Amino acid sequence: MNIFVFGIIASFTLIVALAAATLPKLMHAALSFAVMFLGISAFFFLLGAEFVGLVQVFVYIGAVAVLIVFTILLTPHDVGNVRGFGWSGVVVAIAVFGGLIWAIVKTKSVAIAPSVAKALTVKQIGEALMISYVWPLLCVGVLLTAALIGALILVMEDKRS
Amino acid sequence: MNTVWLIPATPIVVALLILSLGKTAPGLSAVFAVIGQIAALIMSFVAFFPTLHAHGFRGVENFTWFVFGNQSLRIGFVLDPLAAAMMMMITLVGLCIFVFSIGYMADDKNLSRFFAYLSFFSGAMLGVVVANSLLLLFIFWELVGLASYLLIGFWIERPSAAAAAKKAFITTRVGDMGFFLGILWLYHNSGTLLFYDNGHGCLESAGLAMLGTSATFIALLIFCGAIGKSGQFPLHVWLPDAMEGPTPVSALIHAATMVAAGVFLVARVYPIFSVGAINGVTSSLAVVVWIGVITGLMAALVAVAQSDIKRILAYSTVSQLGLMMVSLGVGGVAAGIMHLLAHGFFKALLFLGAGSVIHALHHEQDIRKMGGLRRAMPVTFATYAIGMMALSGVPFFFSGGWTKEEVLHATSSWPSSHIPHYLMLVGVVLTALYMSRQIIYVFFGNRRAAEEHPHESRHVMTIPLIVLAVCAILFSVVLTPGWPWLESYLTGHAPQFDSRLLFQPMILLSLGLVGTGIALGVWMYHATSELDPLQRKLPALFRFLENKMWIDEIYDRTIIALGALFAWLSDWMDRYVWDGIVRDVGAIGQLFGKLTTGTDERVINAGVDEGTVGAQGFGRVMSRWHSGQIQPYLGAVALGMLALLLLYAWLG
Amino acid sequence: MTLSTLLVVSATLFCLGLFAALSRRHAIFILIGIEMMLAAANINFIAFWRFGPHTAHPTGVIVAIFAIAIAAAEAAVGLAMVIAVYRHFRTTNVDQFNQLKG
Repeated sequence: MNIFVFGIIASFTLIVALAAATLPKLMHAALSFAVMFLGISAFFFLLGAEFVGLVQVFVYIGAVAVLIVFTILLTPHDVGNVRGFGWSGVVVAIAVFGGLIWAIVKTKSVAIAPSVAKALTVKQIGEALMISYVWPLLCVGVLLTAALIGALILVMEDKRS
Repeated sequence: MNTVWLIPATPIVVALLILSLGKTAPGLSAVFAVIGQIAALIMSFVAFFPTLHAHGFRGVENFTWFVFGNQSLRIGFVLDPLAAAMMMMITLVGLCIFVFSIGYMADDKNLSRFFAYLSFFSGAMLGVVVANSLLLLFIFWELVGLASYLLIGFWIERPSAAAAAKKAFITTRVGDMGFFLGILWLYHNSGTLLFYDNGHGCLESAGLAMLGTSATFIALLIFCGAIGKSGQFPLHVWLPDAMEGPTPVSALIHAATMVAAGVFLVARVYPIFSVGAINGVTSSLAVVVWIGVITGLMAALVAVAQSDIKRILAYSTVSQLGLMMVSLGVGGVAAGIMHLLAHGFFKALLFLGAGSVIHALHHEQDIRKMGGLRRAMPVTFATYAIGMMALSGVPFFFSGGWTKEEVLHATSSWPSSHIPHYLMLVGVVLTALYMSRQIIYVFFGNRRAAEEHPHESRHVMTIPLIVLAVCAILFSVVLTPGWPWLESYLTGHAPQFDSRLLFQPMILLSLGLVGTGIALGVWMYHATSELDPLQRKLPALFRFLENKMWIDEIYDRTIIALGALFAWLSDWMDRYVWDGIVRDVGAIGQLFGKLTTGTDERVINAGVDEGTVGAQGFGRVMSRWHSGQIQPYLGAVALGMLALLLLYAWLG
Repeated sequence: MTLSTLLVVSATLFCLGLFAALSRRHAIFILIGIEMMLAAANINFIAFWRFGPHTAHPTGVIVAIFAIAIAAAEAAVGLAMVIAVYRHFRTTNVDQFNQLKG
C-alpha cells in the first residue's frame, strides 16, 4: 500500500514536471508547474511533514505560481521569437542525472528502511522556530524585507526623471 | 573673642560687594565703603573695651585650618592692647580718608573700583593686626601688598603709575622673600607658627627656648620683610615713586597704615628679637637700630631738596619710620608704637591737606609753583600747620612732640652706643627744617600758582582734616609722661599720674632743637622764590640730595642691569636653544609627514591605481572570451558540481 | 520504500529542473527551472529527516520551511528583474541578454 501510493505520487509529479519543462506554450508550462507542486506537497504528506506540505501549497501554488503567471501576462512577447531548444542543456542534465544516480546507488548508508514515524505537531515546529532557530528566523525576516524592497525598486517606473 | 575675625572680614566683604556692583552706581559704592569702615570702627571700639579691664590682657582664638599627614596647621586671632590700639587707629584714619576721597575723587570715572580697593586694603590691614599666626599674618601681609599695587597703579592709563606700582611690588617682594624664609626656619625650629597658644606659641617661653641661637637669624629674616614694607634703607626706593597714586591712597597706605605694618611686625615678634638679650641688647636688635638710623637720617636729608609736595611727605614718612625702628631696636617698644599711632594721625592729616591743596590748584604738585595759599584756604592751612607742628615735634600740645620725646628718651639710655641718640637729634632738626620749608613755600609768600583763584575745598574734604587735626591734639593727652596712660596700656603696667614728669630736661632740649630747626627754616626760606636758596648756595649738595643720593641710579646700574643680563641670556637660550630643539623635533615630524605623503601618493595610490587599471584591462580581455549568456554559465556550474560530486563519491 | 528510492526521485526532479533552466530560451522558464530544483532539494531534506535518527529538533522540517520562504523571496525578486529587463530590451529571449560580453 505504501509503495503503491508512493509510486503514483512519484510518477505523477515527474510527468507533470516534464511537461512543465518541455511544453512550448508558456502558459501551459506555468500551469503544469503549479500542478507539480501539488504532487510535491503530496510527497510531504506521505513522509509525515504535513505542515510543510501545507506551507508548500500556500506559498508555492498560492504565491509563486501566481506570480509567474502574472509576469507572463505582463511581458507579452512574440511567440515565434522564443521558440528554441538548446540540446546542450539536455546533455548536461543527463550527465548530472547519471552522476547523481551513481552516487546514490553507490552509497550504502542510504539504503535503509523507514523508521518509526515521528509525530510532529505544529506546536513542536513553533517551539523549534522560536527557541532554537530564532536567529535564522530573524534573518529570514530581514531577507524577506530586503527582497520586498528590492523587487519594488526594480519595477518602479521612473516617474520623476 | 571669637568674633574678632569680623573686623577684617567686614571691609573685605564690602569690597567684594562693591566690585560686584560694577560701574553702575559710584555713589552707592562710596556709601557702602564708608558704612563698612564705620562698622569696622564700631567693632574695633567694642573690641577695645575688654583690653582695658585687665592689664596685660590677651584674648586668643585658635583653630585648625587643615590637616596634612599627622601635622595640623593651626591659625588664629589675637586681641591684645597692641592689636586693639592699631585697629582703632586704622579704622579711624581710614574713615577720615574714605570721606575725603568722596570729594577728592569725585570726578574720577572709576570711583567704584577705587572704593572697592580701599575697602579691600582696609580689611587686609586689619587682618595683619589681629592675626595670631605668623602664616596668617603673612597671608594678610601679601594681600596688603596686592592692594597697594592695585591702588598705586590706580590710574591705569598712566605708564608712570604702572611702573611705580611694579617697583613697589617687586621691592617689597624682595623683602617678603626674606620674611618667608624666616617663617620657614621658625616653623622648622619651633614646630608652631602661632604666636600665643597656651604657652606653646612661638612667642612664648617654650617656643622661644626651642629657637636657640637661630633666633637672631630668624629675627633678621623677618626684619627683611619689615625693611621692604616700611621702606627702610636699602629697600626704601619704592615709597617716593608710590606717590604716583592718588593722594588719599598715599595718605592711607604710605603714611598711616601699610608702612606701619613693618614696624608693627617687629613689635609683634619682639620676643624673638630679644632672645638672649644682655641689658636689652641683642645683635638682631642692633641691626634694626642701625638700619633705622641710616634710614631716618638719609631720608630727612633728601627731603630738604625735594620740590614735589607729596615727595617731601613721602621722604618724611621714610625718615619717621626709621625713627620708629630705632625706638623699637633700643628697647622702647611702647614708645615706638605710640609714635606709630600718632604718626598715623598727623601724617594722614598732612597728606590729606596736601591733597586739598593739589585739588584746589587743579593737580599742581610742585611747591615752587605754589604760595600764598594761607588766606585762600584757611582751614587747610590751619590743619596743615597743626600737622606740621606735630611732625616737627613741638611739645606740650601736639602728640608728635610727646612721642618723639619718648623715643629720644629711649635712645639716650641704650647701653650699646650713644650715636643713634645724637643722630636722631640731628634728625629732629632736619625734620623741623624741611617741614618749615614746605609750609613756607606752599602757604606763605607770593602767589606763584598758575591758578588764578584757588578756593577752599568742599566740606566733605575739610571735615576729615579737622577731625584728624583734633585727634592729633587730643591724642597728646594720653601720651604725656605726666599721665602715661597709653604707655602703660601697651606695656601692661599701671599708670601713675605725676605732673612733675611733664617738665624734664629732655623737654627743654627737644624744644630747643625744634625751635632751632624752625628758625633755621624761616631764615633760609623766608624770601621764597622759584630757585631754592640751598640750591643757590650749595648747588652740588643740593643736586646730590635732590637726586635721592643717586641710590636709584646705583640700583639701576647694578641689580637691574644684572637682571637684564639674565633676561637677555634667557631670551637667547629660549630663542636659539630651546626653540631650536622644538623646531628640530617639529622638522622631524614634518619629514615624517612628507615621507608618509610620498609613500601614500606614489606607492600606495599608484599601486592601487595600477592594480585597478590592470584588473580592468584583464577584465576587458576576459570578457571578450565570454558569451554573455547565462544558460551556458549555469550549465558550467552544473558540470562543476557534478565533477565535485564524483570526486567526493570516488574518495568515499 | 527505501531512502535511496526517494533520493532517486528527487534527483530526477532536480535534473528536470536543471534541464528546464538550461535549455529553454525564455527567461521565465529559467526561473521555473530554479524553483523545481529548490523543490527537489526540499524533498531531500524531508526525506533525510524522515529516515534519519529521532532527534529532539525537527531540523529537516525547519530547514525546509526556511527554504520555501527563501525560494519565494528569490522568485519575487527574479520576476521583478525579468519585468525590468523586459522593459528595457522588449524581449525575454535570454540569448539577447549578452551585454556582459566585452
